[in-house]
Amino acid sequence: MSPVHQDHSADAAVAAMNTVTDAVPVADNGTPVGFRVGRTLPVRVELSRQLRRRRTQFALGFMALLPIILVIAFAFGTDNGSGAVTLVDLATSGAINFAMVSLFFSASFLLIVVISLFFGDTIASEASWSSLRYLLAMPVPRVRLIRQKVLVAGLLSLTALIVLPVTALIVGGFAYGWNPLATPVGEQFTFGEGLLRLGLIVSYVAIQLTWVAGLALLLSVLTDAPLGAVGGAVLISILSQILNQIDALGDIRNWLPTHYSFAWTGSLVDPIRWDDMIRGGFASLAYAVLFATLAVLRFRRKDITS
Amino acid sequence: MKTRLNRLFQTRERKITAVVLVVVLVGALVWIVWPSPPPATIATRDVTITAPGGPSVDEPVQLDGTVYLPAQTPAPAVIMAHGFGGSKRSVAADAEQMARDGFVVLAYSARGFGQSTGQIALDSLDYEVPDGRALVDWLAQQPEVKQDAPGDPRVGVTGGSYGGALSLMLAGTDPRIDAAVPLITWNDLEQSLFPNAQATEADLAATTPAAADGVSDGVFKKFWASSLIASVTLGAALSPTGVAQGDSGDSGFVRRGGTGTTTAAAPDATDTTTDTPAVDAAAATAQSFSCGRMMVELCAAYSQAAQTGRITPELSAILERSSPKAVVGDITAPTLLVQGERDTLFGLDQADANARAIAANGATVAVTWYNGGHDGGSPDAATEARITEWFQHYLSGLGPVPANSFRYTVDGPLSDTGRARSRTLEVPEYPGLTAGSSTNRVDIPLTGDPQFVVNPPGASPANISSLPGLSGLASTALSTFVGGLPGQTARFASQPVDTLTLITGTPRITVTVSRIPVPGAATSTVDDGAVLYGSLSKVSEGGTRSLAGGAVAPIRLTNLPADGSPVTVTVDLPATALQVEAGSNIEVALSTTDQAFAGPTTPAAYRIAMADTSVQGLSAPEVGGERVSASEIPVGQLIGLIALAVIAALGLIFGGRVRARRTDVDPDLVTVPLSITGLEKSYPGGVKAVKQVSFRVEAGQVLGLLGPNGAGKTTTLRMVMGLITPTAGEIRVFGRKIEPGSEILSRIGSFVEGSGFLPHLSGKANLDLYWQATGRPAQDAHMAEALEIAGLGDAINRRVRTYSQGMRQRLAIAQAMLGLPDLLLMDEPTNGLDPPQIHAMREVLRRYAQTGRTVLVSSHLLSEVEQTCSHVVVVHQGRTIASGTVAELVSSSGEMSFTVDDREAAARVLRTIAADVEITENGVQADLGTVPASQVVAALVSAGIAVSSAAPRNRLEDVFLALIGASGSGVEPDLPAGLIPSGQPAPPLDGPEDSALTTVGTGPTQQGDNQ
Repeated sequence: MSPVHQDHSADAAVAAMNTVTDAVPVADNGTPVGFRVGRTLPVRVELSRQLRRRRTQFALGFMALLPIILVIAFAFGTDNGSGAVTLVDLATSGAINFAMVSLFFSASFLLIVVISLFFGDTIASEASWSSLRYLLAMPVPRVRLIRQKVLVAGLLSLTALIVLPVTALIVGGFAYGWNPLATPVGEQFTFGEGLLRLGLIVSYVAIQLTWVAGLALLLSVLTDAPLGAVGGAVLISILSQILNQIDALGDIRNWLPTHYSFAWTGSLVDPIRWDDMIRGGFASLAYAVLFATLAVLRFRRKDITS
Repeated sequence: MKTRLNRLFQTRERKITAVVLVVVLVGALVWIVWPSPPPATIATRDVTITAPGGPSVDEPVQLDGTVYLPAQTPAPAVIMAHGFGGSKRSVAADAEQMARDGFVVLAYSARGFGQSTGQIALDSLDYEVPDGRALVDWLAQQPEVKQDAPGDPRVGVTGGSYGGALSLMLAGTDPRIDAAVPLITWNDLEQSLFPNAQATEADLAATTPAAADGVSDGVFKKFWASSLIASVTLGAALSPTGVAQGDSGDSGFVRRGGTGTTTAAAPDATDTTTDTPAVDAAAATAQSFSCGRMMVELCAAYSQAAQTGRITPELSAILERSSPKAVVGDITAPTLLVQGERDTLFGLDQADANARAIAANGATVAVTWYNGGHDGGSPDAATEARITEWFQHYLSGLGPVPANSFRYTVDGPLSDTGRARSRTLEVPEYPGLTAGSSTNRVDIPLTGDPQFVVNPPGASPANISSLPGLSGLASTALSTFVGGLPGQTARFASQPVDTLTLITGTPRITVTVSRIPVPGAATSTVDDGAVLYGSLSKVSEGGTRSLAGGAVAPIRLTNLPADGSPVTVTVDLPATALQVEAGSNIEVALSTTDQAFAGPTTPAAYRIAMADTSVQGLSAPEVGGERVSASEIPVGQLIGLIALAVIAALGLIFGGRVRARRTDVDPDLVTVPLSITGLEKSYPGGVKAVKQVSFRVEAGQVLGLLGPNGAGKTTTLRMVMGLITPTAGEIRVFGRKIEPGSEILSRIGSFVEGSGFLPHLSGKANLDLYWQATGRPAQDAHMAEALEIAGLGDAINRRVRTYSQGMRQRLAIAQAMLGLPDLLLMDEPTNGLDPPQIHAMREVLRRYAQTGRTVLVSSHLLSEVEQTCSHVVVVHQGRTIASGTVAELVSSSGEMSFTVDDREAAARVLRTIAADVEITENGVQADLGTVPASQVVAALVSAGIAVSSAAPRNRLEDVFLALIGASGSGVEPDLPAGLIPSGQPAPPLDGPEDSALTTVGTGPTQQGDNQ
């Protein structure tokens, strides 16, 4: 072998330069023709970036799996039939009841984790991959970046929130029948009416959890560690739930974002009891808007050092 | 100065934002947590008022009272009486509130309660009521109290339950009373404690909704009576669970377990002021044990009735003196009657009787039924407000004339919270009080076969309809028992109703009852008659049963023939305000037993059937009315919710839209790829990463940004990318100022501080998605060239997380070159590449610049810059210290080496025009200083010396070291060892293609002394 052997493996790169044409045509505003700031990071692209993540696939998949696990778990139970009737006791009475119980089990923790995951990851995971700087230098304007991220995270969260009851509805329908919705206070709704109520519940839960989304987004902007953002949001919501258990706090608890997290039971009576749902929706949205505004303000001015 | 101001301004703005935010948050928190401001203290004064003892009580009683004074006196007075078992302290909170509303309030303990002396005579017209008149006399003497006439103060009276009856009776016996508001009290105490709910002719003729006067010889309401009496004879309050939560002092009965307990009913032999000479000492002791502070006659009469369950003439006579019924018809003062809908002690019928009597006298009367009562629940805020308005108008003359309307509350179906949702309805007046007004009654057909019911021996097991004061047990919980006990209950049910039906008042049902002989019945010596307990329930579609008012109405039939022939009886079921939703049905039950009453223990059996009247059903009173309670929808929050939703939606719709902001364009620079002037960046805490960076890059250059680690190169590049906002100075790319997200960034391709890929995607997918994210047409990407540059082969389809450092590096460079940007920023591009790749990369960058584009390479490696770049900018400690072509910088130091034939001669010549002349192996070296090399060469040649070559002696590292040595405090301590190339001689510099020397800004600046 010749001592002056040359490695030509990289010659192709040099050769490629020969095909490089002259400058790209430039529009009046100095940007390359074809570039429009409003077209950067389309939802479709961001969705495809997120959907190919295992994390996203697992989260959504688990939402679909949970009802099946629940059916199996309920199959072990024996009906002891004592005490007051609760929502959970009615789980096996029909598809809608089962879907409702699936939501009931998930609302206080699982959904919070999932939503924290989707929203806490928005900025922080890009920062941790160092891809944030390339997105911003693309340039995707900062507010637009947050907006696109929020749209996609919101879309994923909503999907998770819908996949769960829909799967539960189908699984429950086959397991327990397509029966009317029975409520703990002894009312019954027809299947169609029950579906409407279920839809209302899903909508309320979606609005009620916006505060978690806002908080996770804010934390995602504040830290470059995705785990910190997700975990922080979950921790704070657990803290809120704990504080809500302390009677000594009295009316202060009405201001906790989780105070009305189960106000959707108001849609299980006739006429629908809206008051707590309105209070809870208002409080959650207020927190969400506050957190999101802080997140945007912070992100607009933040020096990106990741 | 300006930059400093800018910086300050920026920080201050942030600080202000932070401070405002903190203030808002803290303020909100404080506002939420702040205890409601301690209301202005109300001046009080304890008084002892002496009242005559009354018939056969020799000693006057000392009534213990407290006067609450309003801010302004003289003011009208309000006498506030407490509930049974309470004392003046039970009403302290209400009294203070009323004093705040502008009244002189006299709260007092009734005789036998609290610190007052005397014995309890159950609001007797002979004892407690004269006490009340004594209070009025006393108020007439008080300067703080407004007087209508000498000896006639302007005074109102109020109180709950025991205090309510006193209010009525005082108003009925003392014309000086100007207004009265009795709450949850009785009209006829006998009928309340020994109800017999057979409808009388008078009841049937009455046009008011809740008329149910009943007949005598009722069934002893043993649970209520015994627990009340026990509270004053034994000093024992009901267990805490018996106390209705949130009850106000008005309903003293249910406050017993609360704060009032300590002062209430402390039977103490020395305290009792019995001075009846007829009773000897031992008897007095026994009496104090069994009767406590109750009057002996009352105690004895009660004792007898409690044993037999039947009322005696003695007790009946006493209770008659304790009933407002006797005097309520004399009331002239405007009276607001407040009665509870959840009250198994004093039902709505009692207020109805009072209202009829007062109205018959021509006095103003208004009625409120609120959702509460002795079974739990103090008046709601609207009712409290109505009471205050009543007094303010009729005592102080403030405000409009209060409406005489009738308000009542109905419960909707059970909510998910386990509680019913209620609404308040109003009609202009209590129906049936004035001529021409009456209560509409509808007949709801009931069906049911004749049924047989049994009273078991000992009347046990018994139904449980109500437990005194047990509000915690909702009627739903009790309804389990109501539904139970088969064989003891006859039921008659309606069809499900078509529309929402409101039953307001006393429903009635007519049934026939006949006796059926049973074994053992004959052995009983006492005939207690037949006792049945009537009740009305709503049964929802889902089967939930709720007992109207939580109450039952007992009847005692003493005239049942033994032969089994039926007797027709009309039963006044418990008065209620009941909402029956469409789809629910109504059920009337007649039971033989009830825990709350002392029914006969003799076994018996009856046949009960719907009476064969014209309409077999329930006569249900209807009042209707308009809803006056606030909707349960929190309107403010609903508006807020909608507003926030709109804000959020608008934020999402418009948040991503970039304002059409006028770009700051410098027309002189539109052809200049990059121009940086006076760039500065300081981080919070005062660390200055970049102090003074200015340079300019022209098209077609490969510019090296050279400096040791920490010199500020990367920070500068990040500022060019708009990632970091400069503290001062500006960056222009093609004349356009760089700000975060500036559109002009689209002409920059960058690779700074390593790659940034989505590790879960392949290299190809990363590039594709990156380009798609720019939103530009796919054909503009020049993906093929990029892939060639990356040179990853098949690995391009593997996940990025499997890549080596070098592979990522190449992919990142390829990504930066996607779309062939006009300005390429490369931060240490050859890190991690192997030598052939480094070589190729240099070639790529050079050729890239040859297309007219511009490359900016930042590096701390001199050899890198030397070999790649045409131009160089040296940065050190955050400042540009030199810039120019590589060749210029190298030659600027003036050290040259000459290859000559005669070294000695050349040295001699050189010493005349240059310094540091030195003879070397190949030739001569000299420091020419500022003397041009051409002049020196000419001198050598003219001296006859053959010059075969003349070359700058230094390489870039020497220049660099000289520069940073001159600019800073000598050699940087953190100067990496790699800065000085180890051993390997740098290859000769390629001659710069562009010989034009370009200096930007201040050019090579020497500023070593102002650090």
